[in-house]
Amino acid sequence: MSTNTVSTSAVPTSTGRPPVRADRRDRANIPVTIILAVASLAVLVPLLVTVSMALKSTAQAVDGNAFSLPDPVSAAGVVEAWVMTNFPRGFVVSLFVSTVTVGGVIVLSAMASYAISRNWERRLFRYSFFYLLGAMFLPFPVLALSQVKLTGMVGLDNPAGVALLHVMFQLSFSTLLFTAFLRSIPEELEESARLDGATTRQAFWRLVFPLLAPMSATVGILAFLHSWNDFMMPSLITSDPAWQTLPVLQSIFQTQFSNNYNVAFASYMMSMAPAIVVYLFTQRWVMSGVTQGAIK
Amino acid sequence: MATSLTSRKVAAADAASVPPRRSRVDTTFYLFLIPSLVLFTLVITLPAVMGIFYSFTDSIGFGEFEFVGFINYIVMFSDPAILGSYAFTIGFSLVTVLVVNAAAFLLAIGLTSKIRAKTALRTVFVMPMVVSGIIIAFVFNFLFSNSLPRLGAALGSDLLSQSILANPDLAWTAIVFVTAWQAIPATMLIYIAGIVAIPGEVYEAASLDGASPARQLVSITLPLVAGYVLINMVLGFKNYLNAYDIIVGLTDGGPGTATRSVAMTIFSGFTGGDYAYQMANAVIFFLIAVALAMLQLRLTRGKVSV
Repeated sequence: MSTNTVSTSAVPTSTGRPPVRADRRDRANIPVTIILAVASLAVLVPLLVTVSMALKSTAQAVDGNAFSLPDPVSAAGVVEAWVMTNFPRGFVVSLFVSTVTVGGVIVLSAMASYAISRNWERRLFRYSFFYLLGAMFLPFPVLALSQVKLTGMVGLDNPAGVALLHVMFQLSFSTLLFTAFLRSIPEELEESARLDGATTRQAFWRLVFPLLAPMSATVGILAFLHSWNDFMMPSLITSDPAWQTLPVLQSIFQTQFSNNYNVAFASYMMSMAPAIVVYLFTQRWVMSGVTQGAIK
Repeated sequence: MATSLTSRKVAAADAASVPPRRSRVDTTFYLFLIPSLVLFTLVITLPAVMGIFYSFTDSIGFGEFEFVGFINYIVMFSDPAILGSYAFTIGFSLVTVLVVNAAAFLLAIGLTSKIRAKTALRTVFVMPMVVSGIIIAFVFNFLFSNSLPRLGAALGSDLLSQSILANPDLAWTAIVFVTAWQAIPATMLIYIAGIVAIPGEVYEAASLDGASPARQLVSITLPLVAGYVLINMVLGFKNYLNAYDIIVGLTDGGPGTATRSVAMTIFSGFTGGDYAYQMANAVIFFLIAVALAMLQLRLTRGKVSV
């Protein structure tokens, strides 16, 4: 039954395993494999339709047939979407917001979690922990009306304000993960560093923070995906349409250019691709992050 | 989370019984904590307090206002627009929770059994989680309003030859479908974690006793992941209540107001001069979120952390 202990990278190989394992491998459940493969079409078809529509010529896409293959393959949609949505600017804005979010979340919550976990016996730090967790129970719609008003008042009705909100809404969850992880790092390590003359600050940045790297990766990737894909906050916070993130920019195809299917889908494709690429390279952290967040 | 807190309490009790190692807190620790506390207070707490304050006024978002007591709250409970959005949102969330958990559980069973191409299949099934909700809703919008009606016409179905997004009675099913499409991966990963945590010996013993795979599923897997079912249901329900992106991409609340969620109703406070009124709505919405959070904490208490 050891095939049940799956890690995300576990592709069973027959080499170096007892013969009984090779037998079981041969008895892999083919019907279940087929059912799952068919079910995976529900995931793949919408994504493949997006790519296929994006590569059609305008003349072919206009008939609105989702399942015909591009003939001829044309870059016209991609080129036009690039210009029409000012893709480079949208990309830079999205990248700015998600980079600031990732950096901000990791640094702020790692520092706060370190202070909290190493002073847990003190009331101030313990209460701060529960205070910071509070936002997990405060969905954005509850705070939106006030936050939009406040960000407008202080001149943060722009991507910087969106990044700030993304950081703060990710902070609770990240602090939870970091404090749990910090408990597995023995304090003796820092004690010995301090005996060697390091200050607390040096002990954290040189010793503890590098040890946090696996958790920082999880926190950072989840923060990136949330930030990159979010529509609700940028659409309400950013007042100047020129500074919108990629997901918000896509709405122009619902109104003024609604029949240029190849252009719309090319734009969708270019906006979704970065998140999918990041996911394909980091899926181990994505998967473990989701599980830890729910169960811890 | 609950266990981690309990173990911390134990640690704290230990710390109390022995003399504290550091009599004074290093100021560095305060400097590490303060930025988070200050920003959190400004960005989360202040707007929350402001929202509660304004919900007792007649503010339209700017200019002068007066205190009106509980009038906003009283009017809310007889406002068909608001009651309708709650009915839709809660109903939609309940259906979605059931659909998502059933599908995610079956997929988790499938993906943890002895299959080929396990890694590739898992990579595919998790993918919807990393796709922007509004964009995939636009893609499905196209499929629902172009491809599905063609299929319906080819099958000779009058009902399906129209776009279901334009049908007030059916539009919600499209929203459930796309929400489920995106929410299944996270739920599925939690079930996989639960199934993988079951010791293999339990199954070995059961098959030695002659239990069929179906019997093992019902008598071993289901009871042992029951805790995860509860977590997934509450977590999911809490998320679906905030439904916004996918609805904007599919129906924008229509046809009419048939698929308007609570979040959309609250956001209407920006335009309609209903600022304070929708603040009251947000406060009620918040109380529901807190109630669910309490339920979540209660359910996860005593759960072994994996």
